[in-house]
Amino acid sequence: MAYQDYEIVIGLEVHSELKTHTKIFCGCTTAFGGDPNTHCCPICTGMPGTLPVLNGKVVEYAIRAGLATNCKINQFSKQDRKNYFYPDLPKAYQVSQYDLPLCYEGAVDIELGDGVKTIGITRIHIEEDAGKLLHGSGEGTLVDYNRCGVPLIEIVTEPDLRSPEEVRIFMEKLRTILLYSDVSDCRMNEGSLRCDVNLSVRKKGAKEFGTRTEMKNINSFNFATKAAEYEAKRQIKVLEEGGTIIQETRRWDEERGMTVSMRSKEEAHDYRYFPEPDLMPIVTTDGTLETIRKSLPEMPDARKSRYLEKYQLTAYDADLIVASRNMADFFETAAVASKNPKLVANWIISEVFSRLNEDQKEEGAIPFGPDMLAKLVNLIEGGTISNSIGKKVFAILWDTGKDPETIVREEGLTQISDDSALRAMALEVIAGNPKPVADYQGGKEAAIQSLVGQMMKRTKGKANPKMVLDLLKELLAGQR
Amino acid sequence: MKITREEVERVAHLARLNLTEKEKEQMTRDMEAIIGFADQINSCDIHDVKPTAHIIPINNVFREDVVVASMDREQLLENAPNQEQGCFSVPQVVE
Repeated sequence: MAYQDYEIVIGLEVHSELKTHTKIFCGCTTAFGGDPNTHCCPICTGMPGTLPVLNGKVVEYAIRAGLATNCKINQFSKQDRKNYFYPDLPKAYQVSQYDLPLCYEGAVDIELGDGVKTIGITRIHIEEDAGKLLHGSGEGTLVDYNRCGVPLIEIVTEPDLRSPEEVRIFMEKLRTILLYSDVSDCRMNEGSLRCDVNLSVRKKGAKEFGTRTEMKNINSFNFATKAAEYEAKRQIKVLEEGGTIIQETRRWDEERGMTVSMRSKEEAHDYRYFPEPDLMPIVTTDGTLETIRKSLPEMPDARKSRYLEKYQLTAYDADLIVASRNMADFFETAAVASKNPKLVANWIISEVFSRLNEDQKEEGAIPFGPDMLAKLVNLIEGGTISNSIGKKVFAILWDTGKDPETIVREEGLTQISDDSALRAMALEVIAGNPKPVADYQGGKEAAIQSLVGQMMKRTKGKANPKMVLDLLKELLAGQR
Repeated sequence: MKITREEVERVAHLARLNLTEKEKEQMTRDMEAIIGFADQINSCDIHDVKPTAHIIPINNVFREDVVVASMDREQLLENAPNQEQGCFSVPQVVE
């Protein structure tokens, strides 16, 4: 199969649930879970005669997301009905936006191995989420409308992505941006961030796009990547065998590791959009736009370049830290309070990340404040404790939240830098270990490490290792 | 404006309506009359008229993002033709 002869073209439609307290058109809670149909009212279950009223926060959050992805804003926007019959949508139409989405023509930069690539954002519009279908005991399908009416933004990209890997990098970047803008929890396991992958292939150099297929509702970056990989190969195989691609909706089957055709609904694309008569247009003044713009925090790209410049972090370390706004905020506060920001970054990347990983906690779940990490770093930087004692203090800090200075005092962990005490101990160690001493004297330099180890053991790791080494060398040289 | 029988059938299908042959005939004539009536608007000069999203000149009707109590589930499901395990039960959806 001539896989290399083809170019993969991918565009995404990303759905993100907004973190409002209430649904888009009624006061029902958006809380995840809850017994079926307990977060519902006549409006979100589409009872006849009810009227929707738009949640103002939805507009604000959508505009925030738009500004964060460099979109233009339609200052005159409206909502439209998208008509289709499916039991997850009790009104038989979804209130969405058709020709005047709140945001349009944006761009998101992603970093690839060979440089930065700009992915165009076609539009961002607001709409309502649908309910959930469950399997009943018998023939029937059960419907839970708790999620029905939860506000969504749909972010549509240009067909700018060229590989499954680019899909993964873009999705991670978009998630970071949405978290920074504080508009969505982006919890993929709760379905608050999911995407449809539109994919086609064409011979390299071809001008026209190939026929595309759409894979719906993929709720993990991993699945999106795998689905795109599989689907690209499938399409190339079909074309290589002289077949044609049918424009259809496919579904990613994780268990079988393949995409499968969904029953094609012949009228699926005849949504007969028309302006929603029950909802008034949305007008955003320059003043409102400016207020929202000012309330946005510094975005990850800007933060990263600042960290490179101000704190001399490596690009790799900076990427890891800015990937989460909570972590970046934590780092920055600790960096300012510490004498060595780069060391703070090292501690976050090694110890903090691995503990969060061990405990399976999210980035925001560090059980102590940034000032505590700064204190720990300062104790090491100032020579009060060694790096290895630092790890011990870190473990206690993590479990108890106690001030590192208190921990060092209570546990008696202060580094021993007292020359005379160490000297006496070193003489004892030399006297008690004739073999390594002889080895060292005989030219085996490494043998001295065993003596250093003895010293560290006797001092329970509290001796200043550099000092111990120098001291032993000095004493052994004198005995030669 | 001429409405064909196929158009009537398509619209009926989209609206999930089962029409008898007689109704289809009737509907073809009715739709033609309705569309013809609405078609008069095409003879108006709308050169200076902005597209209208809504006939009432009101914008930005927003609600505060404050949770109010949802409906009691029993009451919510009261009129459902079928219910099971606290859910609306509908004919099986094949995917």
